[in-house]
Amino acid sequence: MSEFKLKVRRFKPEEGDGPYWESFKVDLEPTLSVLDGLLQAKDREDGSLSVRCSCRAAICGSCGVKINGQSTLACKTMLEDAQHEADRTSANGKPAEIVVEPMGNMPVLKDLVTDMESTHWAKIRRVTPWLIPDGPPPEGEYIVPPESMIDVTQSMACIQCGACVSSCLSMEADPDFIGPAALAKAYRFAGDPRDGQAEERLHDLANDPHGIYDCTHCFSCIDACPKGVAPMDQIMRLRRMAGDEFKIDDHNNGYRHETAFTKIIEKKGTLDESLLLQESLAPGVKGKLIPRPGAIKGLLESIPTAIRGLRTGKMRSLPKLIPGVHPKLPDGAQDQVKKIYAHSEEHHYELNLYIRGEEADDEAPVPEAEAIPEAAIVPEPDESEAGQ
Amino acid sequence: MSYWPGCVSRGFTTELHGSMALVAERLGIELVELDRANCCGAGVIAEHNQELADTLNARTFALAQQEGLPMMNICSTCQGAQSECQQRLDADSAYRAHVNETLADEGLTYDPEGFSNKNFLWVLVEDYGLDRLEKLITRPLNGLRVGPFYGCYILRPKHRLGYGEHPDRDLYLDRLIKTLGGEVVEYDGARKCCGFPVITMAREVSLRQSGTHVGDALDAGADCLVTPCPLCHLNLDMQQPEAAKVVGRELGLAVLHLPQLVGLALGFEPKQLGMKRHIASTKWVEQRLQPVPA
Repeated sequence: MSEFKLKVRRFKPEEGDGPYWESFKVDLEPTLSVLDGLLQAKDREDGSLSVRCSCRAAICGSCGVKINGQSTLACKTMLEDAQHEADRTSANGKPAEIVVEPMGNMPVLKDLVTDMESTHWAKIRRVTPWLIPDGPPPEGEYIVPPESMIDVTQSMACIQCGACVSSCLSMEADPDFIGPAALAKAYRFAGDPRDGQAEERLHDLANDPHGIYDCTHCFSCIDACPKGVAPMDQIMRLRRMAGDEFKIDDHNNGYRHETAFTKIIEKKGTLDESLLLQESLAPGVKGKLIPRPGAIKGLLESIPTAIRGLRTGKMRSLPKLIPGVHPKLPDGAQDQVKKIYAHSEEHHYELNLYIRGEEADDEAPVPEAEAIPEAAIVPEPDESEAGQ
Repeated sequence: MSYWPGCVSRGFTTELHGSMALVAERLGIELVELDRANCCGAGVIAEHNQELADTLNARTFALAQQEGLPMMNICSTCQGAQSECQQRLDADSAYRAHVNETLADEGLTYDPEGFSNKNFLWVLVEDYGLDRLEKLITRPLNGLRVGPFYGCYILRPKHRLGYGEHPDRDLYLDRLIKTLGGEVVEYDGARKCCGFPVITMAREVSLRQSGTHVGDALDAGADCLVTPCPLCHLNLDMQQPEAAKVVGRELGLAVLHLPQLVGLALGFEPKQLGMKRHIASTKWVEQRLQPVPA
């Protein structure tokens, strides 16, 4: 047995006071969990200490909390690991208490119990989290090639604990952001070959100002998720589908930004900032500039920043701001980059490390260019398959 | 070292590229710039086509390997985007062979054996050594209160960024500031997102993030911020006046690039380090510096 100190952020709304910190000493095996520690404190010191929990085995997703600032499950974090992390990050280098707080981005109901309705479940419902197949259902089961389900498997592992929502830095700045859990759920259906509404789903999520282009790419949800769902990766898959597959020209400038950026690297090899601004606001088509809706507003918004940049010399000299002046890569290197682009037009292979594992796998078969088949429903199972 | 400065340090933040050159020379680190290498894609190209992003970065890695030198970058975003591609390339030999086939035309091959790509911050702490750096300091930053701003791309996800082997990478900036004689300012935003990736898509959300972090650092008494990421610098410094409007308060906090902070301690003058090019004035920092002993 070892002694651990848990510093818990408490809140008792019935007493009318604000939140406060309280420390509890617990005596447990170091390999037991922080949840075990909280339950011992509740049992021995204060029965009113509130924490939501059920399975104690990282399956039910009830005990989401922040431990030393990291959103996670209390039952999945060992006391010794939490202690090590507290000591490692302690500002004065001295042993520290394990800090336990309720999840972030959510209203706190009591102590470590948060209200997941408004910030989590309402957003999950927002993305229409059920399958909408095209046409009448087949007589038997839907039959899809197993490999076409590979990419949605990862998002199916979600246990709805809310750790990703708690950690989300976009949601911190924009509470209306649909958020990592709900968007991962959205991909689970948009990417499902049996779903008939992928394009409508993507139009909705790309054009919502709080949708897929509101994710700031901070990776917090990837580190928070106890089940390896990597919600941000699923949001990037949604962007890839919306842009690359359906060419959805959204009001948020997401698709135009991505297309302009990718095109510039093909032309120049490195980023030409002036061209990026011009291309994403008003892409050139056969010599004509076609301004996107809101382009004028975007241009006006960027003017004060550009003027300040010019004044201090930050944005190099004036001529460099004229699109086209930015140099290409030298000595034929640009042609090599173009060749890579030409090749990639035929190849869209996506290596899925969730399925393949992140360790070297030398026995793997050579990937085929078309290894990920088109999302397709087998329309009518033939008689021999029906009813199996 | 094979040196990849990244697009932003050669375009928008030339003061970073310039100060890195001065500091490297003083430290005795030889930089061989990869001038044939291409943009890392910043995660945006991977959003469009993953194999394209992986191939472009494999090309950069192969160019570094051709020099026979470990690779160094000065941009957290390059680090993150390149590490993401490297993870996929290293995990699967068949996929790697497929990507290398595309590179063969240029006579290039990426081989994970012995390859390393590190941000300057990691190079300083892990390879150069803070002890060795300390001996070269001619102007300790005594009393300068510095807020570290790490940038997401060298913090997360931990499993991809070598935290298994180097668990303290999320503390290096703090250690470096102390080594240089400065005082570390604790504030809420040190390991949060600057908001840059959504500046063209969700401008207000983006600026609320950078404005909040700058404000928090000011409230905690910071004299300046320091960041190893030029994109964070753009949102924290270049956009600072715009961010101030969004968060509805006055800001005005200098944001230094990592090599600039090191350069000041090594005795370079603010002007040599391009600090005049910043949007948020660096005067306050300059006033707090001691003269370099003759």
